[in-house]
Amino acid sequence: MKKSKAVRWFVEIITFFLMLLFGIPIFIVFINAAKSNLMINADPIALPENLSVLVANIVKVWEHPNIRFPTSLLSSVVITVLSVGLLVIISSMAAWVLCRKKSRLSTVLFLLFVGTMIVPFQVVMLPLVSWFSTIQAKLGIPMLKSYQGIIFAYMGFGVPLSVFLFHGFIKSVPLELEEAATIDGCSRGMVFFRIVLPILKPIIVTVIVLNGLWIWNDYLLPLILLGLGNPIQTVPLSVSNFVGSFLKKWDLILTSNLMAMAPMLILFVFVQKYMLKGMVDGAVK
Amino acid sequence: MRKRKDNLLFTAFLFPALFSLIMVIGIPFLLGIYYSFTNWNGVSSDVSFVGFANYLAIFQKDPKFLHAFLITIIYALLNVLVVNVVAVGLALLVTQHLRLTNLYRAAFFAPNLIGGLVLGYIWQFIYNNVISSFSFMPQMLAKPGTSLVAIVITGTWQYAGYIMMIYVAAIQGVPDSLIEAAAIDGATFGQRFRHILFPLIAQSFTICMFLSLTSSFKQFDVNVSLTNGGPAATFMGESIHFTELMALNIYNTAFSYNKMGEGQAKAIIYFLLLLVTSVTQVYFNKKREVEV
Repeated sequence: MKKSKAVRWFVEIITFFLMLLFGIPIFIVFINAAKSNLMINADPIALPENLSVLVANIVKVWEHPNIRFPTSLLSSVVITVLSVGLLVIISSMAAWVLCRKKSRLSTVLFLLFVGTMIVPFQVVMLPLVSWFSTIQAKLGIPMLKSYQGIIFAYMGFGVPLSVFLFHGFIKSVPLELEEAATIDGCSRGMVFFRIVLPILKPIIVTVIVLNGLWIWNDYLLPLILLGLGNPIQTVPLSVSNFVGSFLKKWDLILTSNLMAMAPMLILFVFVQKYMLKGMVDGAVK
Repeated sequence: MRKRKDNLLFTAFLFPALFSLIMVIGIPFLLGIYYSFTNWNGVSSDVSFVGFANYLAIFQKDPKFLHAFLITIIYALLNVLVVNVVAVGLALLVTQHLRLTNLYRAAFFAPNLIGGLVLGYIWQFIYNNVISSFSFMPQMLAKPGTSLVAIVITGTWQYAGYIMMIYVAAIQGVPDSLIEAAAIDGATFGQRFRHILFPLIAQSFTICMFLSLTSSFKQFDVNVSLTNGGPAATFMGESIHFTELMALNIYNTAFSYNKMGEGQAKAIIYFLLLLVTSVTQVYFNKKREVEV
């Protein structure tokens, strides 16, 4: 659209200004993570005098026994990667069966998967804990304060949306491709792993982004299944524990916040295109 | 023979997903309905059936929950409104073929990558230490009204960029030529938005309303780390936590007061509220989509 140059520049400047406004909170975290507590209290918007304080603060948080940052970072990675990986596999398999095997039962099962999407976590969280501790007591499989427990829980809570997304995508994959492969002697199982799975790449990205972001940042589920201060902690849990033990020591609190948000922000810089696309596709579908 | 083998494979493929769904959501959901009718306290195994006692207790002598119920609805309405207005505004800006469009979009979206818990601590610092360091600004988190506004601002900062991206995708689907034709015919910016763009992005409006509404109702992380329910206020003659939203109230009932049965009854009410509002909202928006 033809617009006068002046209007165009005006819009550009407004948008630029808004972007700066949106960036202020992150900027404030950054400058104050590079100060001592004394300086923060004196003037929270002054620029830091010495960036080496930032390094010192990061080292302090990294080594602090109350946050155990390295181990919780590792736990967060293990939990997120395994949960998302398993979700991709089990949801795509289930969605494929529900799509290709047309029967009344498969329709009912699909509706069951989709229907559970509206159940908020709070409704099942209390009985989930007692149910998991019953399993633990009866079968001897540790489900609370354990990796397998929380990963299994994420599989359950992630499966409805993931199956829904895969189902929508597989519907549009032409059946001829699979039939041709079957005629060529592929078993049904091979058809799925060799033919179907590679075609699903775009929707796999969406499923990874949506679930990955949710699981990485989630607080309530780890709080209930892992508990504060136990050996296995995720990053949000350990940050919350750290803040609780350091009332108002903002230099270290803000440094821990900076360290907690850094991995996702850095990842975003590199795979921005996929993340934005994944988030939007997941919502629109 | 082949058919039987196929069915076996299909079952095996379906099993892991179905099994985790039933074990993690299905059984706890049913257990939850049962627990809401009991005096379960989470510790003692001696659980007895109490009928509707929990539900009656909530409505008759729990001003804290009634307040949480109302404040959650107020918060959700405010948040949905502000998030969507900001998101549409930003979406209109970043679809104007600006020089740094990609940078703008990424920057507006970025807060969504930070978890609600961390985000709440950051904003707690901003409200308590930065904003209040200007003498003309209020202590936002100390007073009931402003503390709710503080959560809305934080929630908007977190969510508007994400909602913006959905509107952006919709606006990009509208051909430029349509808008240009209207402009040539003399339509003002407001008219073009109201009569051309808005009807064409009606579907994304439904999605964004749904997403922002459910996420507002489920707000927990920011609530915990920003205000943790405070400040104190009085409601129906009893002292309550002014910004304690429903999710936090349920959590506190169960884990701070060990009233699991009552907490579970609250959770069921919460579920029904969420169900009714989201179904109504989608129904009305779908109807409107068809009309325009």
